[in-house]
Amino acid sequence: MASRTLPLFSCVAHNTFRSHMRLFGSGGGNGLSAVSGAVSGGVVGVVGAAGAVGSSHLLLDRGLAVRPFTSGKKSASASSTFVQSTSFASLPLSRSTSSRDHVASFSTNSHDHSNLHQPDQPDNSPDVHWDFTEANYDKVAEIVARYPSNYKAAAVIPLLDIAQQQNDGWLSVSAMNRVAAILGMADMRVYEVATFYTMFNRSKVGKYHLMVCGTTPCMLRGSRDVYAEISNHLGGVEFGDSTPDGLFTLSEMECMGCCVNAPMIAVADYTNGTEGYTYNYYEDLQPGDAVRIIDSIKDKGISSVKIGSQTRGTCEPKDMQTSLTSTPPGPFCRPLIKKEAEQKA
Amino acid sequence: MSVASMSMWCRASCRASSLSLLVGGSTGPLLGGIHNNALVRTLSSSSASAAATPAAAAAVAPEEPPPVEVFVNGESVQVPKGVSVMQACDAAGVDVPRFCYHQRLSIAGNCRMCLVEVTKSPKPVASCAMPIMPGMQIHTETPLVKKAREGVMEFLLANHPLDCPICDQGGECDLQDMSMAYGSDRGRFVEEKRAVEDKNLGPLVKTVMTRCIHCTRCVRFATEVAGVHDLGVTGRGGSAEIGTYLEKALTSEMSGNVIDLCPVGALTSKPYAFTARSWELRPTESVDATDGIGASIRVDARGHEVMRIVPRLNESVNEEWIGDRGRFSYDGLRRQRLDAPYVRGEKGAPLRKATWKDALEAAAHGLRSTPSTKLMAVAGKLADAESICALKDLMAMYDGQNLQVEGVTPSSDAADVRSSYVFNSTLERIEEADAILLVGTDLRKEAPLLNSRLRRSAVYDCVPVASVGPDVDLTYPKKDLGDSAKAIDDLLSGASAFRAVLDGASKPAIIVGAHVLSRPDAYGVLSKCVQLANDVGCVSGDWNGYNVLHECAGRVAALDLGFVPGPKADVATAPGFVYLMNADDEATLASIPEDAFVVYQGHHGDAGAARANVVLPGAAYTEKGATYVNTEGRVQRTKRAVPPPGSAREDWEVVRALSEVAGLALPYDDVDGLRVRMAEVSPTFASVDSVQQSTIWLNGSTYAASKGSSKASTAPFTSSISNYFQADVIGRSSKTMARCVETRGEMYAKTHDVGSTLGELGEPSAHPLGD
Ligand code: SF4
Ligand code: FES
Ligand code: FES
Repeated sequence: MASRTLPLFSCVAHNTFRSHMRLFGSGGGNGLSAVSGAVSGGVVGVVGAAGAVGSSHLLLDRGLAVRPFTSGKKSASASSTFVQSTSFASLPLSRSTSSRDHVASFSTNSHDHSNLHQPDQPDNSPDVHWDFTEANYDKVAEIVARYPSNYKAAAVIPLLDIAQQQNDGWLSVSAMNRVAAILGMADMRVYEVATFYTMFNRSKVGKYHLMVCGTTPCMLRGSRDVYAEISNHLGGVEFGDSTPDGLFTLSEMECMGCCVNAPMIAVADYTNGTEGYTYNYYEDLQPGDAVRIIDSIKDKGISSVKIGSQTRGTCEPKDMQTSLTSTPPGPFCRPLIKKEAEQKA
Repeated sequence: MSVASMSMWCRASCRASSLSLLVGGSTGPLLGGIHNNALVRTLSSSSASAAATPAAAAAVAPEEPPPVEVFVNGESVQVPKGVSVMQACDAAGVDVPRFCYHQRLSIAGNCRMCLVEVTKSPKPVASCAMPIMPGMQIHTETPLVKKAREGVMEFLLANHPLDCPICDQGGECDLQDMSMAYGSDRGRFVEEKRAVEDKNLGPLVKTVMTRCIHCTRCVRFATEVAGVHDLGVTGRGGSAEIGTYLEKALTSEMSGNVIDLCPVGALTSKPYAFTARSWELRPTESVDATDGIGASIRVDARGHEVMRIVPRLNESVNEEWIGDRGRFSYDGLRRQRLDAPYVRGEKGAPLRKATWKDALEAAAHGLRSTPSTKLMAVAGKLADAESICALKDLMAMYDGQNLQVEGVTPSSDAADVRSSYVFNSTLERIEEADAILLVGTDLRKEAPLLNSRLRRSAVYDCVPVASVGPDVDLTYPKKDLGDSAKAIDDLLSGASAFRAVLDGASKPAIIVGAHVLSRPDAYGVLSKCVQLANDVGCVSGDWNGYNVLHECAGRVAALDLGFVPGPKADVATAPGFVYLMNADDEATLASIPEDAFVVYQGHHGDAGAARANVVLPGAAYTEKGATYVNTEGRVQRTKRAVPPPGSAREDWEVVRALSEVAGLALPYDDVDGLRVRMAEVSPTFASVDSVQQSTIWLNGSTYAASKGSSKASTAPFTSSISNYFQADVIGRSSKTMARCVETRGEMYAKTHDVGSTLGELGEPSAHPLGD
C-alpha cells in the first residue's frame, strides 16, 4: 500500500487520464466518453492534483487503484491492453525494482507490461554483453544465407527467436542490439519488430511459459476456468506473473489456431536453451487437465505429457465421423475436372 | 504548420506539375518509388524551365509519357502518369484533408483521413496511396466521403485527449482544424481512453504522447530526411506508440523539424512550451543568420521578445526545414546582450558603461591616433553586409589596409574570383551531382540542411560520396580517403580509386569546408582542390561543381565586398588598433597583441567584448534589416522582428556614427544609400534573394598568384565546427543549446549501438555562463 511518486504524468496511464479528462474534457465533444468511462470504471485512484498537467508529480495510491471490470476476478477476455494486469502483490523476476512497476502500459503482450524499455534493470541494459553461442551462430548463418544479402533484415524474426530461446525465453536489449548488428539494421527497427509480435518476451519469464488461449472459441469452451484453475494451483499468479520459484510464467494469448480443440494452452519450454526448446499445444482441456499437465511438467519434465488433444487423436470427431462420410459433391477445382474429362475421353 | 498553409503550398507545387505537363513536362520517379519529393522536385524544376522555353522543354523530353486525364468532382484535370489520387485532387484545386501524407516523406497511408470516393470502387479509397488510372472519376464531396471522413475523425478523437486548452499546438493544429470540418460535437466512445507514457526525446522536443495519432510523420522524417533511426513505432494496434524504446534524445541536428511535422500536439517545442499562444505572436519573415545556409525563417515575436523561430518554405535553400541551432538558439538572443556601450579606462581596468558619445569618442581617438599601417579590421562570422561595407569604407578613409575575414587566412587574392569562394553549384542543384568529394568538412555540423540533401543523393540516388577530412558519421555511406592533403594528391595523381569515380561522373562536385580556408596552408590546399576540380571536369557548361561551404553567415558578404588585405597591407605587422566587427573567434583574438587598442562591435558579451577597450553594442540578426549572403552567394535580407535591447543600434549606424565622430563622415545617411554603395562595390548586392551565378572560372590559375604558402602541410583536416550547438555567440549564450550539449555529450559517452548512426560531437562542455 505504499504511495509512490511517478516521474512522468502519463505514467499513470488511464487512471490519471480520466481525472485529467474530467478537468478538461467534460465540456463537450468526446469529453462525454471520458465521464462515462470514469463511471463504468469505478473509483479512480488518484490522490493529488492534476493541476499542473504536463510536469506534475502525481501520487498514485496503489490501494485505491480499483481496476475497471471489477467483477472480483479479472476477466480473461478483457483486452489486456486496457486492464492493469500486474499483480501488485507479487512482482517476481524482472519487475521488482523499477518505480514504474505497477504502471499498466500498453504492451500487446500480456507478459510484458510496456512497449518501452524500463530503465534501471541491471540485467537488461545495453551495457550487458550478449552474444549468440557458437552453435547458434551456425543456425544464424544458415538463416541469414536464405536471404539476398541486401535483404538480410528479413532474417530478423528467426534470429530474434533463436536469441529468445538461448536467453531463457526473453529478449534483453543487448540481445536485440546484437541481432541488429548482425543484420546491419538500426536498433530501433529491431525493437519495433520485437514489440510488435506477442511471442517475443522482453522481460524475464519462468522456465516454462504457460499461455492460455483467451480468444472467443476457447473462451466459450471454458478458457476462463482453465485460467482460474492454473492460477489457483500456482498460488494465485495472474496473467503476466511468474511463480516465486521462477518455474512458471502465466500469460494470456490470442487464438493459436487450435480452436477446433478448444480450450487449449501452449507451453514453451526454456529449460535447456535452444537445443531443448519446445513449444507445445495441449488441447481439449477438461477440468483438471491443465493442473495435471503442469504438475507432470514440474515433476517429470515436458516430455511426460501427451502433446495435442488430451482426449482425441487429432481433431477428428471423438467417436465416429459424422461428416465427410462419402466423396463430397462438386464442384471440384480445375485439375480434378480436367482429369475427369480426360478419363471420360 | 497549419493545414491551410500546408495544403496551400502543396497545391501550388502540384499546379506547377499540371502546368509543366501541358508543355510536355516531366514526371520523374513517381509514387511507386519511395521518394515522393523527387516528384515535386522534378516537377517544379521542369515547370520553371518549361515556362521559359516551352518548345525546347517539349523537345528535350520526348520520352515523357503523355499526361493522364482524370475527373475530380466531374472536372477534367490532366496529371502526370502515376501520381496519386490526392495529387490529382491537389492539381484540381480540391482540398483533401490529410494527416500522414507529407510530400517530402514516403507514403504511409495510415491515417485514412484522405478517403475519397472513386467511381466503381466499392469502398472509399485512401487518396494519398492510390495511384490514378486514366479516366478515373474522383469524388470528394459525396455523402459517402463525408461520412467516411467523419468516421475516421471520430476514431482519431476516441483516443485523443482533447486537451486543446493546455496544448501548445492549439491554434495551429491540423487535428483541431479538421475536427472543425469533420468532427462531431460528441463522441460515441464510452470505453476508457488510452494514455501513453511521454517520451524524453531530449531538451528540444517535448512529447505528450497521448495526443499522438500515429501518422508516423516523425518516424519517417527521422529515418528518411534526418537519417537517424531513433524513432519508431513500438507495439501494435491499440497499444502502438511512437518512441525510442530505450530512453534517448534524438541524435539529429535537425530534430526540431518533427515539431512542425507533427500534425497534432504530440511533439511540441520544449523551450517554447507554455510561453506563448500562436495567435499572440507577431510573425516576421526573415533569414537565418546562424549558419552559412541562410534558411528562410519566420521569427515569431511577442512584445520585445523573440518567442520562437520556425522555417519558411524555400525550395532553393532550406526546403521546409531548419537546423536545431537556427531554431532553438533564440533564447541566446536575450542573454548576455550588450545593451549599452562600454569603455575600458586604462589597461587592466574593468569595462565601464559609457554613453554613446564617450564610447564613440574613445574609439575615434584610437582610430585617429594609430598609424594607418597598424590599423586592422576583422569581419566576424555574424557580421552583416551593410556594416562590413561601412567598416571597409571607414578603414579606407584612414588608409587602413589590413582587412581580414574571420576564419580566412589573410590573402589579398582570397576574394578575387567569386567562384573560388562560393558554393557554385547552388544548394538545389547539388542534388544533380553524380559524384561528390568532401574536403575538410563535417557537413552534419556545418550545414545539416545541406547534409540532408546529400543524404538524399547518396541514399536514394546512390551517388558516391567520399571525404578527405574528419571521419564522422554523416548518416549516409561515404568513403573515407584519409584526412590530410596527401589524399588530395592521390586523387590528383590518380593513385586513389575514387579518382576514377570522379572522372566517370558527368557532374562531379567537390565541397571544400570552411576549415580549409582557415588553415595556414589554405591556398596550397585550395589550389590543389581547384586543380582537381579542373582535372575531373567539375566545371563544364552550366555546371560548376566546385563548392566552398561556409559555416557562417557573414563570410561570403565580406569576401564579396573585398574585405581582404589591400595591396599595401602587411598582415605581419602587429596592429595597434583593431576593429572587431562581431568577431569572437579564439584564433582572431589570439592574434591581437596585448597592447593593441581594440574596438568590439557586436551584440553579445562574449570573448571579443571581453578583450575590447571599447564595446559598441549592435543588433542581432532578428533586430535589424540587414543583408547576409549565404554560402552559395544568395543575397538575402533579414527583417527587424524586435528592437535591439537598451541603447544598442543597428550595426551600420554605429559605424556611420563613428565615422562622423572621428571627423570623416561616410557619404551615406540612410540604409538605402549604403545599399547603393554596396551594389557599387559588388554588383551581386543589387539583386536580393537570387544567386548571381559567377561566370568567371580561372581555369586552375585562381591561386597561382597567391602570396600564401603554396605548399600543403600534412596537418589533418578537421571541421570548422567542433560543437554544433555552440558554434556562435548566440548559441553560446543559449541555455537550450547548453542543454543540448549536455545531453548529446552524455549520450555520446554511453552509446553502444552498433547499428546506430551517431557521430561524435565533441566533449560535453560546461556552459560558459553557467545555467
Ligand atoms: S508524434 Fe506526431 S508526428 Fe509522430 S506519429 Fe504521432 S502524431 Fe504523427
Ligand atoms: S480460440 Fe483458442 S486456439 Fe483459437
Ligand atoms: S493522408 Fe492518406 S492515409 Fe493519411
